[in-house]
Amino acid sequence: MDTGIRLALTLGQIGAVMVAVLLTVALLTLLERKVLGWMQDRMGPMEVGPYGILQPVADGLKLFFKEDIIPAGANKFMFSLAPVLSLVPALIGFAVIPFGPDWTVDVGGVNFKPFVITDINIGILYILAFASIGAYGIILGGWSSNSKYSLLGGLRSAAQLISYELNVGLSIVGVLLLSSSLSLVTITNAQAGGFWNWYFFAWGSFPQAIAFVVFIISAVAETNRTPFDLPEAESELVAGFFTEYSGMRFAFFFLAEYGNMILVSCVATVLFFGGWHAPFEFLQGPESLHWLTGMFWFTFKVYGFLFLFFWLRATLPRLRYDQLMRFGWKVLLPIALGNIVLTAIVEYIFP
Amino acid sequence: MGTFAFFYFAGIIVATAGMVVAFKNPIYSALALLVMFFHVAGLFVTLHAEFLAIIQILVYAGAILVLYLFVVMLLNLKREEHFHRQLLVGVFLGCVLFAEAVLLVLKGETTLGKSSPAADPALELTGGNTESIGELLFSTYLFPFELASLILLVAMVGAVILTKKGILEVKS
Repeated sequence: MDTGIRLALTLGQIGAVMVAVLLTVALLTLLERKVLGWMQDRMGPMEVGPYGILQPVADGLKLFFKEDIIPAGANKFMFSLAPVLSLVPALIGFAVIPFGPDWTVDVGGVNFKPFVITDINIGILYILAFASIGAYGIILGGWSSNSKYSLLGGLRSAAQLISYELNVGLSIVGVLLLSSSLSLVTITNAQAGGFWNWYFFAWGSFPQAIAFVVFIISAVAETNRTPFDLPEAESELVAGFFTEYSGMRFAFFFLAEYGNMILVSCVATVLFFGGWHAPFEFLQGPESLHWLTGMFWFTFKVYGFLFLFFWLRATLPRLRYDQLMRFGWKVLLPIALGNIVLTAIVEYIFP
Repeated sequence: MGTFAFFYFAGIIVATAGMVVAFKNPIYSALALLVMFFHVAGLFVTLHAEFLAIIQILVYAGAILVLYLFVVMLLNLKREEHFHRQLLVGVFLGCVLFAEAVLLVLKGETTLGKSSPAADPALELTGGNTESIGELLFSTYLFPFELASLILLVAMVGAVILTKKGILEVKS
């Protein structure tokens, strides 16, 4: 009986989170073009619906009804597997993100945490592990398409992901040192009580601002966004690893990219900007309203990071491949390592 | 439930490990290896070693196997048409290992019945096995740990010298 209730609750939770994520993706496709439009002094999509707000629906319908083409000479099995291998790791990471207060509700004798699907004690490592699995979808997609451009895109992406994944992992070690936990729920709880307690500022200890900069740059690289979008560089590789994809399979890659963007924004919010905590105690409201204000502040911060992604795309040109590698290994990596050493020393002297 | 999980994971591990060797297409082999890594991680989870499980995926599946795939694609190995001529050596080594396993089972000196450290409730209460692993690494196993890091450093320097051939000549 208890197992049944737990299963139903967890499935409901997963469903709710997935709907929220996919709705956010749909919203992002519109927002990105609108924001880019405003930054480039134009209107963005205006035709479908009032002010263009129905554009995501039109896009979705188009992708759904488009013909699904498998190129001649492609490896059919791998070609179908690659988009799934790309999408699943992007969505599975949301299982450990706490997007509201750390409450435990008793539902029919079952302890249930409404604002996090599962609080495992290695949450952040779980996200890193599955983020690295996402590379398979891209590499296999590029290889199985039987196209030079796709293969080049896939190979570039493999090298890029491996290089920058390391920097993501090292840049969060400082936060882990301060919080002495790998659980995202514990990390969030440790940042309660005002913005000076967020690990970005970390009042009374070593601020993780440098680590945050390294993290966000590496995260942009890991999600294959401009200025690190070499795997799909339109002007040189005709969209790279998904050149040959169309219809729903293309939509899967698209969803994976945006899903990864949201996931990375959530992780940045939780690790460096206090998760669902408000910048000031009084903005959090009374205890009974924490679920509402908590979710508001979490969403607000995540959308802030998503806006940053768009902003970068509108501002910066693409890096060259050797610049990308040199920057990752010779600039970001030493900074991340130095941050770990400094944080450890400061934390040892002023525990 | 625990036994069922063990036999599921063990069965898939054996099957995929066989597939890694049997497939002629190296990409399929790599994918079979990926499935195997996940099931090994599953075995770790059933032993309450979540940290090891995730590290298994992060290191082997996330980094090493990706590099394998990278090399396979870069060299564009389409198919491995013939098996390598290692059949005799392979059969010999297989027989030795199998005999060892049979001997161990016959002698009955396995650790299967004994309780593993992870099943100790006291350890679970101290906040998960991540901290326990860290404490062990920096106390009991400090010397092997530092030794391993030194060996890795040697390997790194070796890789740099092997790939950048000009380095030594310029200095001499």
